[in-house]
Amino acid sequence: MSQMELIEEKMEERVDRILSCFSGRREELIVILQRIQDEFGYLPEFALIRVAKFLGVPEAHVYGVASFYAQFRFKPMGKNVITVCRGTACHVRGSPMVIEEVKNRLGIEEGDTTPDLRWTLETVACIGMCALAPCVIVNGKVHGKVTPRRIAEIIKAVEGVEKK
Amino acid sequence: MNVEGLERLRQEAKNQWRELHSKPLLTIGTATCGRGAGALETLETIRRFVADRNIECGVVEVGCIGLCYAEPIMSISLPGMPIVFYGEVTPKRAGEIVEQHLLLGKPVAKYAIGAVGDGEIKGIPNLFETPMMRKQVRLVLSRCGFIEPANLMHYLANGGFDGLQRALNMERMQIIDELRRSGLRGRGGAGFPTWRKWLVCIQTPSEEKFVICNSDEGDPGAFMNRSLIEGDPYSVLEGLLIAGYTIGAAEGFIYCRAEYPLALSRLREAIAELERVGLLGDNILGSDFCFRIRVVEGAGAFVCGEETALIASIEGKRGMPRTRPPFPAVKGLWGKPTVINNVETLAWVSHILRHGAEWFAKHGTEGSKGTKTFSLAGKVKRTGLIEVPLGATLREIVYDIGGGSASGREIKAVQIGGPSGGCIPVDLFDLPVDYESLTSAGAIMGSGGIVVMDEDTCMVDVAHYFLQFTQRESCGKCVPCRLGTKQMLTILEDITHGRGKSEDIQLLEELASAVKVGSLCGLGQTAPNPVLTTVRYFRGEYEAHIKDRRCPAGVCVPLLRFEVDEGKCTKCGRCARVCPVGAIAWERGSFPIIDRSKCIKCRACIIECPEHAIN
Repeated sequence: MSQMELIEEKMEERVDRILSCFSGRREELIVILQRIQDEFGYLPEFALIRVAKFLGVPEAHVYGVASFYAQFRFKPMGKNVITVCRGTACHVRGSPMVIEEVKNRLGIEEGDTTPDLRWTLETVACIGMCALAPCVIVNGKVHGKVTPRRIAEIIKAVEGVEKK
Repeated sequence: MNVEGLERLRQEAKNQWRELHSKPLLTIGTATCGRGAGALETLETIRRFVADRNIECGVVEVGCIGLCYAEPIMSISLPGMPIVFYGEVTPKRAGEIVEQHLLLGKPVAKYAIGAVGDGEIKGIPNLFETPMMRKQVRLVLSRCGFIEPANLMHYLANGGFDGLQRALNMERMQIIDELRRSGLRGRGGAGFPTWRKWLVCIQTPSEEKFVICNSDEGDPGAFMNRSLIEGDPYSVLEGLLIAGYTIGAAEGFIYCRAEYPLALSRLREAIAELERVGLLGDNILGSDFCFRIRVVEGAGAFVCGEETALIASIEGKRGMPRTRPPFPAVKGLWGKPTVINNVETLAWVSHILRHGAEWFAKHGTEGSKGTKTFSLAGKVKRTGLIEVPLGATLREIVYDIGGGSASGREIKAVQIGGPSGGCIPVDLFDLPVDYESLTSAGAIMGSGGIVVMDEDTCMVDVAHYFLQFTQRESCGKCVPCRLGTKQMLTILEDITHGRGKSEDIQLLEELASAVKVGSLCGLGQTAPNPVLTTVRYFRGEYEAHIKDRRCPAGVCVPLLRFEVDEGKCTKCGRCARVCPVGAIAWERGSFPIIDRSKCIKCRACIIECPEHAIN
């Protein structure tokens, strides 16, 4: 068995462990997908196929639901994730410029991951922190009143820590 | 738990509360806003400080008191003295304040926002008399920022579960009558009378019924429901219990968006606590009422705020709406009669059952009773979570409470009601904020998001922004919404890119009316509102984009020339200092020169210029 297959088998075990917490009712689909994404950071194709079998629904149904919701991803995430809020307050207080800065700095578009899997850039409709707009979440930590200069510093700081 | 058990617990809670306040007490707001401003770092510093010096002092994490612009916010109270609230408490400042106030008993007036409670402290105003608070009436938010959110004892000590206890002693129709007399209308957007929704559900025969709390606060620019859940989750759960009892449901759901991790964890914590003490489960307070609550995490789809789409999502399907009628109160979750109410509506139910209908109805206007929470954001000085009687004017909200413009530029409009709402210009700021007036102005009450816009905001860009949002979030089920919003967006893109044609405005209006009339659900029916209101009130800006190929606010990049207007320029050189690529050459006493070959059109110079001299 190749190393790749070994890894995949391990991943399948992890999916099965998640599925064993559920009873197989169709209404559980979204929660199951959320748990799988919590585990892997995205929804691997083989996992979707397994979920379809588990719930007794066509694979197309599982993919249809998964692709409907913005939360679900079908590609692995980078090690570091930048989420820029594009809510109304953030928009009028300059989030488009922050997004531009991140794009230029990392050379990726919204929703993409750098080829070295170090950074992912996401946008979110609104995180409800409008009073401190514009806001950015970097690796789970929320930053308020972010400017292009500030986000550049944050990125540099994370990269600095990684080099050490 | 029976009634005696609750009485005992309540007594114990009151004793604990008194005990807590008989000693020095320090609170810090650690809701999402507070955390974004660094409240957790401040908390850490305080904890260490208090431990290192062996100070006898309670340290309690509380929710949002609504002064978001001044986060992180800390309060200190010493026995016999008013509670003093401090703003912008960085770790460094925290040490200084704790040292002075807690150890030496000298409140630090220069960092204080205001004081609450009996007695006066020199140099510190009463918090509720400060400009931001004076015109507010904080009822549904009364506990936010004062109690530890998920601590049931804090809730019980402050009137918690009085409402449920009273409701369980009432006939269902008496509860309906109480709500009818209060005049409570849905706080989620449409403003449908709450009692009527519940009555329809009661009158629909079914073995099984459900109640759902809609916490899918999807409007960008709105955070009232998040703050309410984070600051006082039990009030929402109590309302849900009362709704369940009234309509005869044994199960309730809270559909909350995944983007609100803290709200979700507070809800889960509070529900577990209620299950532990027996305020959720079988035979609640010795009655035959049995009730359970499940939290459902949304997966990031704006349309799921629409009630039929929300139901589809709980059922594990794509969140697509269906035609109404039948309304969910008749045929909802799994085909059973279902009441869906917004977070704030349910919190109100618990307060109204506790204090009575008259207490609520004495605020507000004839058709719009009570007070309402709003989130105030955008280009205003004091951003935050506010609560005002319905009928207050936009001027009071923006200028008195919000303190006017943050940047010094003239305010020109507010956007109210999110992507379903509209932009109201400054000359209509005397409009009372009630359901009917806002609708007549082309906006809607919505759930209460207010975003303030100033001269530097381009209204065509705002319309484009909202339409891009609704177009992305359109579920695609019905044609007018799916294709209509797309066509409208394309036209707006043309206008903001300098390709607009003179007939575009009329075409936009025609498309807008078709989308409004033809769409299946509220998303499509209201999606044109931001476009229609900006065309109605800011037609001149559209015309400038189309005829003169000019963006008056300096926002639409393809229309910017990056030229220095030497008539306005004061040669201050700030543009050259802020330029990230060194494209602006400037020497003291001369006009700056912009090198277009280097310029990346980031607009930093335009925003920095105090004279509006670059266009």
